[in-house]
Amino acid sequence: MTQTSENIVPNAEPVEMLLNMGPQHPSTHGVFRMVLWVDGEKIVDVVPHIGYLHRGSEKLCEGEQYNQVITLFDRMDYIANFNNEHVYVRAVEKLMGMEVSERSEYIRVILCELNRIASHMLFIATMGLDAGAMTPSMFCFRGRERIQGLFESVSGARMMHNYFRIGGLKEDVPDDFVAQVREVLELVKKDTEESDKLLSFNEIFLARLKNIAVMSAEDAIDYGLTGPCLRASGVDYDVRKAAPYSVYDRFDFDVPIGLDGDCWDRYYLRVQEVYQSIRIVEQALDQLPDGEVTSSLGRRLLRPPAGEVYVRGENPRGEIGVYLNSDGSDKPYRIKVRPPSFCNLSALRQMLKDSWIADSVVILGALDIVLGEVDR
Amino acid sequence: MFNSLKGLVVTLVSTMNGLRAPVTRQYPDSGNLLGKRDEPTPVKDRFMGFPALTWDDEVGEPFCTSCMVCIRGCPTQCMTSVMKDNPLHEQEKSSRRKIVDSFEINLNRCILCGICVEVCNFDAIVMSHEHEMSTSNRNGDRLDLPALLEIGFKFQKDTDWIPPTKRVKVPKGGAAEESKTPAEAESP
Ligand code: SF4
Ligand code: SF4
Repeated sequence: MTQTSENIVPNAEPVEMLLNMGPQHPSTHGVFRMVLWVDGEKIVDVVPHIGYLHRGSEKLCEGEQYNQVITLFDRMDYIANFNNEHVYVRAVEKLMGMEVSERSEYIRVILCELNRIASHMLFIATMGLDAGAMTPSMFCFRGRERIQGLFESVSGARMMHNYFRIGGLKEDVPDDFVAQVREVLELVKKDTEESDKLLSFNEIFLARLKNIAVMSAEDAIDYGLTGPCLRASGVDYDVRKAAPYSVYDRFDFDVPIGLDGDCWDRYYLRVQEVYQSIRIVEQALDQLPDGEVTSSLGRRLLRPPAGEVYVRGENPRGEIGVYLNSDGSDKPYRIKVRPPSFCNLSALRQMLKDSWIADSVVILGALDIVLGEVDR
Repeated sequence: MFNSLKGLVVTLVSTMNGLRAPVTRQYPDSGNLLGKRDEPTPVKDRFMGFPALTWDDEVGEPFCTSCMVCIRGCPTQCMTSVMKDNPLHEQEKSSRRKIVDSFEINLNRCILCGICVEVCNFDAIVMSHEHEMSTSNRNGDRLDLPALLEIGFKFQKDTDWIPPTKRVKVPKGGAAEESKTPAEAESP
């Protein structure tokens, strides 16, 4: 007979205990603290504490010139730098009513999608680690490293690229860019297939993730989830399809949809998104036009007209929105970011309630938060 | 059960491949785990290491005229510089009327964004390939003019650096707006 509180102390009240998880816990993907109220192994309530990585990026943006703000956006979602740069430069371009050359848009999309692949690979790796699988992370990091090397040869930096410019790019891609990307894509596809075979349908992994933290479609929408977390619940919503920006309307790709909205769906959806991103990059490479990519604006002091814009885009983690208010000076008056991981985090409480402590790690992992973006 | 076994096969195949051509490299020593030594992974051509100042070999002075454009463009305000009259200009050896007297970059604050290189009109600053520069004292990474020129000189030598404004224009586009800068460089 198992020992429960009942058979030790008769008629005992269930005792709730406070358990601190984080901010140094390795599975919190950064510095994130959850205060869990637990009853035995069951989570009764959770209070998330954010702000350990707060750098005041939005406020800092107000003190930087428009070209310098790009470096700050690099550091918000530091796993998907290109996607962040993209949405910011699009915001300023919209404010200035500027046309961007086709070639630079294509290169931007290629780099963004590669960044999405790299980001998802990191997710697959950490998801495996959270569930106790070590090997897939090696495969994924190998694949991510190839993409990272490609980024280095294009932008000169492995992570904080500062490569997109308002009106174009910093410089044209290297001559062997197309060949390089094709080569990397082949290898990355293999890496993903390998880790997919290794992890996705592994019995232990399935047991850890299936039917954990199920979110219904209504709940997901109510909580404002976006990106893979929303699509896992079966809602077909992707900004690239719903409100095509850049040149996304020229590519043929699918938006994978989950069935149950559990942690495994959130995981597997990202695996499938990697394949879709590979498809987009392949098509973009085929269509890549010639032309000018640089704009003289990178070297000049930019003074967009007074006004405000809101621009959104699809980041690996969900929908990112940038609200930009300009008073006509050389610095933005206000920049507000709608960070996808911050909004996704709001569903954490509902997901964690009545689940087991051991599952809290995978639940948080499947949300795929980046604390640089949550705290800004 | 079947899927777990399939995973084992994947790992096994990968291990065999890894034995044939290992992926892991030791750092900072080159070579891999099996003792097969080869060159350390070189940085890419465009790699942005710490910024450094360049040396004009033709005249024998730095390119930098201390015009402060990069200092204003730097997002972290990590640079300072002081300008002086160029003695070589009075002797008519140099076309630069003003020249850098002192220059300091606090590399601890530098975020390697490359904006300074982009805005400089005089080809005076480069993103060198230097990236392993940890020191144990607090201000060890505040580099002054000679130190910056030294790094820059090494970079110029290693990469056969040609000032961007003197590079032959490639027809594919990209260098078009840079071609007009030499004229500006004449009159600082
Ligand atoms: S912009 Fe160039 S010339 Fe002017 S101070 Fe900076 S490095 Fe020197
Ligand atoms: S690389 Fe960026 S942060 Fe560093 S000195 Fe140049 S402008 Fe400043």
